[in-house]
Amino acid sequence: METFFIIMLVLMIIGAIIAVETKNMLSAVIAAGVVGFGVSVLFLFLKAPDIAITQVIVEVLSLIILIRVTTKADNEAIERKIDSFANIAGLVFVGIFVGFCIWAFVDMTPFGTPLMRVSQHYLSAGLEETGAANTVAAVILDYRAYDTLGEAVVIFTSILGAFVILRSRGKKKIYEEDYVKVGIPE
Amino acid sequence: MKQKDIEQIIHDDHTGMSLIVKTVARMMIAVIILFAFYIILYGHLTPGGGFAGGVILAIAYTLMMLAFSRKMALHKFSDFWASFWDNIGMLAFIILGFLGLNSGYFLYNFIWHGKPFHLVSAGIIPLANIAIGVKVGACLYAIFIGLSIYGRLIIKEEE
Amino acid sequence: MVVYILDMVILVIGIYCLIAKRHLIKKIIGMVLMEYSVNLFLILIGYRHNGIAPILMPDENRVHFAQYGVDPLPQALVLTSIVIGLGTLALMAAYAMRLYEKYRTFDMSEIRRLKG
Repeated sequence: METFFIIMLVLMIIGAIIAVETKNMLSAVIAAGVVGFGVSVLFLFLKAPDIAITQVIVEVLSLIILIRVTTKADNEAIERKIDSFANIAGLVFVGIFVGFCIWAFVDMTPFGTPLMRVSQHYLSAGLEETGAANTVAAVILDYRAYDTLGEAVVIFTSILGAFVILRSRGKKKIYEEDYVKVGIPE
Repeated sequence: MKQKDIEQIIHDDHTGMSLIVKTVARMMIAVIILFAFYIILYGHLTPGGGFAGGVILAIAYTLMMLAFSRKMALHKFSDFWASFWDNIGMLAFIILGFLGLNSGYFLYNFIWHGKPFHLVSAGIIPLANIAIGVKVGACLYAIFIGLSIYGRLIIKEEE
Repeated sequence: MVVYILDMVILVIGIYCLIAKRHLIKKIIGMVLMEYSVNLFLILIGYRHNGIAPILMPDENRVHFAQYGVDPLPQALVLTSIVIGLGTLALMAAYAMRLYEKYRTFDMSEIRRLKG
């Protein structure tokens, strides 16, 4: 099983490198989609079907958003200018980060043997305490419902921010001047 | 919008995408919404739940917006109703939490748990799933309304 | 161990993209890559050898389920984090569109230069 994970991860790394280095913006967005769908397949094989479903759909929606932002501006001209200081700084930082990762992962428990002090209780007593067959739903909406409340507040705030930023000129002016030009529906 | 205008949008080649996409979308949207409600309602028994079902609900209306036109999608589910259902979902979740204060603490699972592996079981979890699903679906659909209406100005000026 | 390091490589590619690239949409793509990598890392930590999904079936042995079920806690946290990621992506996209409307370019250095 671990070999399969490694093959999928190498495929996703190739997709990520293409997404970062390609000049055409549409290709970059679609190559980032390779990573997203690869993550979704990995979730399915890591025995997390809830997250696999959510990841597939969220990936489709985020591709739509990113393609919506991509306009026909002179993308390739921007990409052709190379900022050598930022490149060198980025590579140095990347090297330091990978070194620290390897140093930290030596002390972790090996892959496939998690530390389950809290979760063991959820698995063995979840059905009696909550009555839900899906343990993930029991954790989200019963044991840790505050998390879900916080998540709802965060997504509410982000939508509010997006609306405030996008509606740049105030409601009334859009309705008066741009109604004829753009054709905003009532 | 009258019935005649809707039929004109469906059969017109200039608004929205091509005829093949429109035909397939017309058949699929109802099925996608049905699937979303299945995922939300059975969230405590099978994989899924409020988050996944809500996003599927949003994607059904986004498909309508992309395939037909923005006018059609706003006719079926306008921005006022999107914000209304968003607030209703949030309020329902918070009120469920406060009802738990009656017999314990905030967000306490106060309803009788019922028989396991049945649709009516697990106390407040199915109700909270419905609230979260409605909230997430309306919220993500509102994003697309925003990106579509206000983002339109940018592209138009460039041309 | 190898799986963890390969996962971190994706995070590192995202960080490099965020630091070195000038294009605004490339920076957004870098953020998205980092988010995928961290979500995957949390799920990888909770995996058990020969594990089963943390969803009970009516005819399942409870002792076997408690012994081999994978960790449900990171799955619950990641489930909320994925949907939050979509919200923040929409916020970043809104910022990018707004900046393009004001400066007529996606180049970060140009945006810095044309202040005011």
